[in-house]
Amino acid sequence: MSSVRVFFIGGLLSYRSLFNWLSPWILVPSLIVSPICQVLLFAYIGRGAGVGNDQFFVVGNALSYAAIPCLFAMGATVEGERWSQTLGLILSTPARRIPLFLGRSLPVILNGWCVALVGIGAGMLLLHVTIPASSWPSLMLVLVVASASCTGLGLAMGAIALRMRQGAVISNVAFCVLLVFTGVNVPVALLPDWMAHVAGWLPLTHGIEAARATARGATIGSVSGLLGRELAIGVLYAGVGLCLLNYFETDSRRRATLERT
Amino acid sequence: MRVLHQLWTCYWLQLKVISTSWFDGVLAVFFPLMFATAALMVYQIRNDPAQMQYAGLGAAIMGMWTCQGVVAASLLSRERGAGTLELLVATPTSMTRILVPTTLALSTIGLYCVIATLLWERWVFGLHLAIDSWGLFVVAVLFTALTLALFGFFLSVTAVRYRVSWALGAALEYPGWLLCGFVVPLALLPAWTHPLSWAIPTTWGMAAVRDSAAGTSPWRHLALCAAVGLVYCAVAAVLGRVLVDSARRHASLALR
Repeated sequence: MSSVRVFFIGGLLSYRSLFNWLSPWILVPSLIVSPICQVLLFAYIGRGAGVGNDQFFVVGNALSYAAIPCLFAMGATVEGERWSQTLGLILSTPARRIPLFLGRSLPVILNGWCVALVGIGAGMLLLHVTIPASSWPSLMLVLVVASASCTGLGLAMGAIALRMRQGAVISNVAFCVLLVFTGVNVPVALLPDWMAHVAGWLPLTHGIEAARATARGATIGSVSGLLGRELAIGVLYAGVGLCLLNYFETDSRRRATLERT
Repeated sequence: MRVLHQLWTCYWLQLKVISTSWFDGVLAVFFPLMFATAALMVYQIRNDPAQMQYAGLGAAIMGMWTCQGVVAASLLSRERGAGTLELLVATPTSMTRILVPTTLALSTIGLYCVIATLLWERWVFGLHLAIDSWGLFVVAVLFTALTLALFGFFLSVTAVRYRVSWALGAALEYPGWLLCGFVVPLALLPAWTHPLSWAIPTTWGMAAVRDSAAGTSPWRHLALCAAVGLVYCAVAAVLGRVLVDSARRHASLALR
């Protein structure tokens, strides 16, 4: 029961207190203006280059930007605690680590999902992209899975922030890697072989492909394989993140470097 | 002579601080480089040499916007966070003479970004940009960097009361990339956005860079670039005094 409470209540409290982007002065420019502008930027690049169509770029970039809250918020769960000087207190509690850290990911997944919807909604309003009404339930599910997968990577980034001070830099680098490798603007089939191989092991790659298919009218059953792979990759990264958290926590205790900033 | 010494000291000190920062020095180069890569990958699908030349030139310059815009908007907030804003305001040296060398240091990082992107384009994309006049090209790039520093000065001053101005700076990144015509022809954008583009000196700087590469005279666009940059500088100098005086009068300079 205690673990369930830590998972839900602790996760929500942590998100509200540590993800300071919830202030409207940050939220509006960072999670509303920027995703819309990224969607517009690449849609117009596509028009300028004469390749793809607006829907291709809108779906890809809306999902790409959903990675921002997923990566940054999970990093903030560790770095924010350190800056608040509560990291030591949190890690000295007997609370089980899996509900403690996974609980923090639930609000983040919801946040990523909302950001993706903002990007797609803006694309529909500003670029007149059409997505059939029948596709929306499937698309919504795909967006949730892609956000969850990115949050798994975010958890790994958060674990690294336990050792490195530059959490924001790490998250930005991860975001850039996802932008270039996961077929956000160029189909994975057109990428060089080594990039396509790397893409297969990154979150978003299969999610974006599934989202594009559902936006074109594919059923959820026809993209279930892609969704399964996307979810599996997210679980893999979350598992790596939890292992890294465990290792870095133990190591930090041994070296007395937990609060080093 | 003392003014020059102060300007140089401020510039050099800030350049050392910024260039050794992971966020301002390294990420400010890496982030636009990756977006330039993404843009070039889209253009590379058709592999039209004229389009690649267009995108390659724009991608090289777009990093300058990131280096300036994102950091300049939060310059005074950072001083506030470090507890040094009051000291800067209290010195007899004007804010203009403190902030302009700082934004010039940011532009210097932007120049590094230009060189890094040009080399990246050559090594990774095999893109050999056709530059008709390297002399004029360098002049146009330097001019763009200089006027962007003046625009950065304007940004830093106007955001003095915006406590989380880094978010404003980050939000300006994509609109700047769109409006300045780096990798998207301005003619493709809606007509109502054109005046916004004309109001940014970098738009004219980018046009001058393209002129110099194409072998046409860049001087008209450089003159417009300088004119717009100087307007921002003049407005920022006045605004800086007004906003800082207001903050001192209301004792709100250090409020977070």
